[in-house]
Amino acid sequence: MTIATERSADANTKADQNLRFYRQMMAIRLFEERVNDLYTRALMPGLAHLYIGEEAVAVGVCEALRPDDYITSTHRGHGHCLAKGASPDLMFAELLGKEAGYCKGKGGSMHIADPATGNMGANAIVGGSVGIATGAALSAKRLANGRVAVCFFGEGALGQGSLYEVMNLAQLFKLPVVYVCENNLYTEYTHFTETTAGDILTRATAFGLFAAQVDGQDVRSVHETAGHLIDRARNGGGPAFLLADTYRYTGHHVGDINREYYRSKQEEQSWKSDRDPIKNYSRWLISQKLADQDRLAQIESELAIEMDKAVEFAIAAPYPKPEEVDQDVYA
Amino acid sequence: MPEVAVRELTFAQAVREALAEEMRRDPTVCIMGEDVAEAGTPFKVLSGLVEEFGKERVLDTPISEAGFTGMAVGAAMTGMRPIVDIMFGDFITLTMDQMANQAAKVHYMSGGKWKVPMVMRTTLGATRRSAAQHSQSLHAWFSHVPGLKVVLPSTPYDAKGLLKAAIRDENPVVFFEDKMMYKLKGPVPDEDYTIRLGVADIKREGSDITLVATSSMVQVALGAAALLEEAGISAEVIDPRTTWPLDEKALIESAKKTSRVIVLDEGYQRYGVTAEIASVIAEGAFYDLDAPVKRMGAMHVPIPFSPPLEDVTVPTEQTVFEAARAMCGRE
Repeated sequence: MTIATERSADANTKADQNLRFYRQMMAIRLFEERVNDLYTRALMPGLAHLYIGEEAVAVGVCEALRPDDYITSTHRGHGHCLAKGASPDLMFAELLGKEAGYCKGKGGSMHIADPATGNMGANAIVGGSVGIATGAALSAKRLANGRVAVCFFGEGALGQGSLYEVMNLAQLFKLPVVYVCENNLYTEYTHFTETTAGDILTRATAFGLFAAQVDGQDVRSVHETAGHLIDRARNGGGPAFLLADTYRYTGHHVGDINREYYRSKQEEQSWKSDRDPIKNYSRWLISQKLADQDRLAQIESELAIEMDKAVEFAIAAPYPKPEEVDQDVYA
Repeated sequence: MPEVAVRELTFAQAVREALAEEMRRDPTVCIMGEDVAEAGTPFKVLSGLVEEFGKERVLDTPISEAGFTGMAVGAAMTGMRPIVDIMFGDFITLTMDQMANQAAKVHYMSGGKWKVPMVMRTTLGATRRSAAQHSQSLHAWFSHVPGLKVVLPSTPYDAKGLLKAAIRDENPVVFFEDKMMYKLKGPVPDEDYTIRLGVADIKREGSDITLVATSSMVQVALGAAALLEEAGISAEVIDPRTTWPLDEKALIESAKKTSRVIVLDEGYQRYGVTAEIASVIAEGAFYDLDAPVKRMGAMHVPIPFSPPLEDVTVPTEQTVFEAARAMCGRE
């Protein structure tokens, strides 16, 4: 049950790609709605950090990547994993701690990893994967395999010094890595302006990285700009930094319900009604006569069925046996 | 130790030879660190490697321990076998997230799907008059973390064989070199050999008391054993060679044979390697012991600069001799 790996068969025409953007974003939205449901019904252990509202960033970037390119992801990583080709059934199984999950239940929501889709892992240390992505780019360059690494992180990671260490290294070694900063405005429960001095883009350009800023709610814009930076990196142009302005619709995690001490309901509502990446993109597809409402509704209902089946699979799947606990500590 | 007489190398030459042989054998092996190329590190351990293997494989980095260690994790996951050089063991503090949260856990968190075959080479050891931030022996920190292996060679022969094994290992391995030992000479065969990680070595056979000693303390223990012999006491010196995996069986067997044990290690004694080994022996050889297992490690003070102060912080031949003689009731 894969979504993104249909790419090669599906992306022969621009029209197909346009519908793929929609399908991928909708898949993430529907996946995350089910995560919310599983969590609130106490079927999912741990914490759930939802990506709802930010779908255009993961999809726009990952649609510009090859299947063998690398990504690193974050604690809010379900969207990145799906956009890079993860199967919803194996993801749900991992979220529920089941043996069938991507990590045999040992990683959970914040650590989904899958070599088959180039996913080097979601990471629960903020900024924890900046070195890993840069190292993957070092391998790509040394092994001359033409791959690019994309490092996703939230604006909260701008506070981590290791980001600046690796941007310096990436530029010195001219590595094929693109740092994608998803500015969803809130570093957990604090507005980013309270934690971030000066200008974000110049933090990258200071090291000589090529830097760009996009509307992270506009999948076409993200895709076009990310595609440029990724192609540039692949062709030896060196590392780049992409700042995507976006918004986290829900709390820092599912349990973060009373949020008015850090942001207003009105603010949330205005993003949802005016800047929703899926609604706005649907409108554009229809206005360009690339799809009609029925076609989009059909895709949504197909995806909903697929997601429901994936949830059923995960709920029915067995837990790992306790004796597996000390397996995989060492290779 | 082989029986046939072989040429002698210094500890530093043995390390360099292991690196060079592995780099010739495997083109994915590369070295990263501060002043590793033309400078060959301040200890000159790497002299000549950049001339043979080029700057593509012997990478000088900025002073960014967290950054380049993180890169090594990512490079190791994607087809390289990086060896990072952390000049002074005190600087491992800067790499802790990358080693303890990333390198150590990637394999487990991914359900065994990703591997991190990297080596971190660093140093330990006091009495170089380098004061509190260039003299510590912090190998216990890494020994505490599941997913890492920790190697402590004590002779040129062991250094070469263990380092080659570490480079070929599929896991992150931390390799601590005693910086006071680089000029120590010993027999090292020409041929390709490895020493399996997790196998202790009896450096001197004895029957009255066991001195378990690691790294720098092996020479101290051998010196003490010579003094003890003059006093009519037969001391066995056993070197675990790796703190993880730990050859518990060999340590317990030696303790059962002699019935008295002192554990020597240059790390801080409190909550240290000596405590772990002492407890392994106490649990495994309790009914064969004639005395409580004694620990001798570094004093619980920051390493001082002034020579008369520094010299009392670590065990010496004389202090070990006196402790062993007392334990054997020969005061």
